[in-house]
Amino acid sequence: MKNFNGKVLFLDRSDINTDEIIPAKYLTEITKEALKPYLLEDLKMEGFAPDRDLKGVSVIVSRENFGCGSSREHAPWALEVNEINLVIAENFARIFRQNMFNCGMMAVPLSKERIDEAFSLFAGKETTVTTDFANSVFKFEGDGKSLEIPFEISDFDRSLVEAGGWVDYADRNY
Amino acid sequence: MGKTIAQKIFDAHRVDKPSGDINVIKLDAVFCHEITTPIAINDLKARGKNRVFDKVKIKAVIDHVTPSKDSKTAEQARIMREWARELDIKDFFDIGENGVCHALFPEKGYVRPGYTIIMGDSHTCTHGAFGAFAAGVGTTDLEVGILKGVCAFKSPETIKIELTGKPARGVFAKDIILHVVSILGVNGATDHVIEFTGPVISSLSMEERMTLCNMAIEAGGTSGICPPDSTTVDYLWPFISGEFPDKEAALAEYVKWTSDSDAAYSKVIKVDISDLEPVSTYGYKPDLVKKVSELEKTPLDQIYIGSCTNGRIEDLRAAAQVLKGRKLSPTVRGILAPATPGVYKAALNEGLIEIFMEAGFCVTNPTCGACLGMSNGVLAEGEVCASTTNRNFNGRMGKGGMVHLMSPATAAASGIAGFITDPRPYLAEGEA
Ligand code: SF4
Repeated sequence: MKNFNGKVLFLDRSDINTDEIIPAKYLTEITKEALKPYLLEDLKMEGFAPDRDLKGVSVIVSRENFGCGSSREHAPWALEVNEINLVIAENFARIFRQNMFNCGMMAVPLSKERIDEAFSLFAGKETTVTTDFANSVFKFEGDGKSLEIPFEISDFDRSLVEAGGWVDYADRNY
Repeated sequence: MGKTIAQKIFDAHRVDKPSGDINVIKLDAVFCHEITTPIAINDLKARGKNRVFDKVKIKAVIDHVTPSKDSKTAEQARIMREWARELDIKDFFDIGENGVCHALFPEKGYVRPGYTIIMGDSHTCTHGAFGAFAAGVGTTDLEVGILKGVCAFKSPETIKIELTGKPARGVFAKDIILHVVSILGVNGATDHVIEFTGPVISSLSMEERMTLCNMAIEAGGTSGICPPDSTTVDYLWPFISGEFPDKEAALAEYVKWTSDSDAAYSKVIKVDISDLEPVSTYGYKPDLVKKVSELEKTPLDQIYIGSCTNGRIEDLRAAAQVLKGRKLSPTVRGILAPATPGVYKAALNEGLIEIFMEAGFCVTNPTCGACLGMSNGVLAEGEVCASTTNRNFNGRMGKGGMVHLMSPATAAASGIAGFITDPRPYLAEGEA
């Protein structure tokens, strides 16, 4: 199973699309590793600089409709090769969410209230998330505060994470 | 309780329900292109599973950047080509025969009502125009589709869009779908199928239905879907005439893929299109839509006619009707990319290519090219393009460029004017 713990990057915007996560010009790469330097290169957000802000990050927390647009799995891969295996947001575009679990990664929705709470307590501060996968709880810690947030994923998504992705799961079952 | 088309298709294809509302369904077709497939091919090889579940049900094309523009795209094409040869993929389209996937595959007759289709491309929803469940997926889903012929989806909930009224002159399928996307919002249909129904749909051609279904994903939809009818049968007849004694028999078979009158929808939205005017997007999201009259005089650097949304022959005819006997503004570059060789040939035969060239257009070969900012018309920083494509995201057609999405007629009129403008005056004085 992949690692779902570590430093958090807060992206305070909705509708972050896959062109912003990894621009189309890099779709000509045929290895995942080659995508590494370009993650979020085209993200238009005040004060965001990928080189500076992605350093050491393992978890992204964002708002609504994360990963909309193109079906490119290059978006989860660009995250994966940067060792970011967990995105938490209010909700996700279908294909992006599925791609994440298909790679054994997690895209986990939380209610608007919970996301608001995480932003107001921790955004802009050095924050980490620890994931208790078995009990479905995220623990946010930073700035001397801590917050536990339970989450829900389907049994199917859980088995994909455990199997390390959909190819292995499907190969075993169909 | 009755069922929707999508529910009926799932019931007929389900092979497993691994948990809750997840269905593993068997696939009638798996479409492949050279951007998202090579990594799946390489992964299958690395796993020692370089096989396909069915070499006829897999259809493959090199379409996004063709002819290759550099060593990297040449390598992607090479991987596809060698794989298709090695595994004997019967329907593989390369230089000379290739065109934009979602225009090419319907033209070849590969889609049928009731089919389940996946492709590693978000606009796969286009094929729902035939009454199929067609969904864009990522490379891992594609890889499993290639190997096993199955894919997992949540049980499909459906939003019904009931279209009534009569489109005014100058209003096309593109205007209708932009209007619908603006109503739903960019995530208004996430995890849903969008079913287009009502008298407007019955009156639309298959090409226009494809334009509608093509942009279902711009509202987050998994698939667009139109109920099959006699228009569907007429379009498919050259491909199915051997399977049925007559068109009535085909229709009787295909209308099985129609929603029951008591089917449950998660939402029903009635849209009267009678008052709709030509529209265009503004900004970086496809749900930001305004009447063209409100954007009038937005200066342009380029107009682009092509793509899986509006690169078909009817689109070229609509643009040519506006362009005939006119010239592009000297400040605007015009690019026409017919979506397939079939469209290109038809346009040549009908004299449309000449009209475009006389107007000052560059006519490229069929390819996605500029639609996703890869080749053949990438924008420079700060440039503005009126485009018949489907996405206006920041950077989509080139870093720092702005894309306004609109119908082919509006794009053509805007190219002549040099700024975004209403196509109706041009249509009115145009053809008799
Ligand atoms: S024409 Fe554009 S939207 Fe359509 S498949 Fe090609 S790149 Fe995608």
